[in-house]
Amino acid sequence: MNSSLERSRKIRTAGVYAFFVIGSIVMIFPFVWMFLTSFKTVEESMIIPPTILPEAYQTKNYTDAMASLPFFALYKNTALMIFWRVVCAVIFSSMAGYAFAKLNFKYKNALFSLVLIQMMLPSQIFITPQYQMLAKVGLTNSIFGLVFPGLVSAFGTFFLRQAYMGIPNEIAEAAYLDGCNQWQSFVKVMAPLTKSSMAALAVFTAVFAYGDLMWPLIVNTDLKMMTLSSGLATLRGQFATNFPVMMAGSLLAMIPMVVLYLFFQKQFIEGVAMTGGK
Amino acid sequence: MSNNTAKASKHAKSESMWGYIMVAPTIIGLLALNIYPFLDTIKLSFSKTRPFGLYELRGIENYIQMFASAEFWRANLNTIYFCLLTVPIGIFLSLVVAVMLNTKIKGRTFFRAVFFLPMVVAPAAVAMVWKWIFNTEYGIINTILAHKVNWITDPGIVMVTCAIVAIWSAIGYDAVLLLSGLQNISKSYYEAASLDGATKVQQFFHITLPMVSPTLFVVLIMRLMSSIKVYDLIYMMIEESNPALTSAQSLMYLFYRESFVAGNRGLGSSVVIWTVALIGLVTIVQFWGQKKWVNYEV
Repeated sequence: MNSSLERSRKIRTAGVYAFFVIGSIVMIFPFVWMFLTSFKTVEESMIIPPTILPEAYQTKNYTDAMASLPFFALYKNTALMIFWRVVCAVIFSSMAGYAFAKLNFKYKNALFSLVLIQMMLPSQIFITPQYQMLAKVGLTNSIFGLVFPGLVSAFGTFFLRQAYMGIPNEIAEAAYLDGCNQWQSFVKVMAPLTKSSMAALAVFTAVFAYGDLMWPLIVNTDLKMMTLSSGLATLRGQFATNFPVMMAGSLLAMIPMVVLYLFFQKQFIEGVAMTGGK
Repeated sequence: MSNNTAKASKHAKSESMWGYIMVAPTIIGLLALNIYPFLDTIKLSFSKTRPFGLYELRGIENYIQMFASAEFWRANLNTIYFCLLTVPIGIFLSLVVAVMLNTKIKGRTFFRAVFFLPMVVAPAAVAMVWKWIFNTEYGIINTILAHKVNWITDPGIVMVTCAIVAIWSAIGYDAVLLLSGLQNISKSYYEAASLDGATKVQQFFHITLPMVSPTLFVVLIMRLMSSIKVYDLIYMMIEESNPALTSAQSLMYLFYRESFVAGNRGLGSSVVIWTVALIGLVTIVQFWGQKKWVNYEV
């Protein structure tokens, strides 16, 4: 009886491992194939049956990709866009989230309903007028243009409001009795208590800003002002049949985020799991 | 006593002052970046584009043109087809992955990280590599199949190809959300069920599924909404010159092409308004349907 139970448990564990091994291959293979292809010559990439490992690890595809796309500028633009969007989302959402959760003021509910309305609407409904506003003041093809739709975050406000609602009122009251005004008790006492939520919001904002494609394509059409995502889209047209160069370009575009992910894997996953549902 | 009330009212006053100051950036931002654009899009959808960025109100002309367009109805069909292909299979696979990740085995954080990986890679890069893998002449899939399937250019297959990539991209994200739902289920339920002789399969259907249904509902709504809005993946996989473009063009791709390639922003806005209405409708149906299967008892 006991040994048959033991055996069925072993079989089950083996089954789970088999599932994960197959699953991992499916998940990782495209990246491995991208990596290997990026070192092959065009001719080699077209051999049938294909070679698995490149005959020689030549880096011409990388220099070609860097010659047709200003990768340094793309990295810089993407980093600046992410940086400002994260800073704005975290600071403004913390302030508003705290006020909506802990302070009493007239029309609070009406103002909060604006946050909810924004969250319910898909971002595409704002895009055309947002673009026209920027075009009117000549701010297309700028970092500000990239950051623009992310200057405030309704989702961040909602999310941090939840975090502040989880903190007992007594803490803020104690700070008030100690002589802090509202602003001081927010900055010195309350905000530090939401660190993990702020980190989650930062990760969430960064990952989605990095992957965003439609807005950067529309607002910054000058190659030097593009992001990694929209830059890749132009590479696609230039090298329609040269897959090794496209693989090299894609690899260059994904490397920074993947490296960050390798180091902060836990924060990434937990950040996204915490903010989940958006 | 009166001193105290004065102090309290002064406190209340400063409290509401700080309230306004602290919500000001967000509220001003929302009004300028979202509420005004939202109203403006509605207005645009009733207008025709004129040179020099001018618009002319034209009533429901754009909507008439949109409803008369075969391309528009095709985009609706494509979008619905994409949702039908990705949502049920994607959520089922995510649930399987989540249940597996919830077992006590070594290396589960590693496997979780592996499944989550596509989330941190920009969809643009993901689409590039899959285009290569699905390439008709030299793609690795056709080499293995020893058959030249036109994965990306055959109008009958192209949506399936996009759906495979979409499911592959989202599986880890959805699984992580479902996993957090699974981890909230108390172990005592399983212990009691084991004592009563319930098999693992019975436990899954009678404990796991009902208990995780609220999370499952959230994931379902979210996945459905983002599938209706699908754009970037299809844009990267299917370029303008692809013969299968009309068979893969989603509503948001149509919106992009109408508004920013053809420059017909009025018609483009009608497409967005239509899509928002569609999302609203689907969400209402989901919230109404959840009563039948989502369990909020425990």
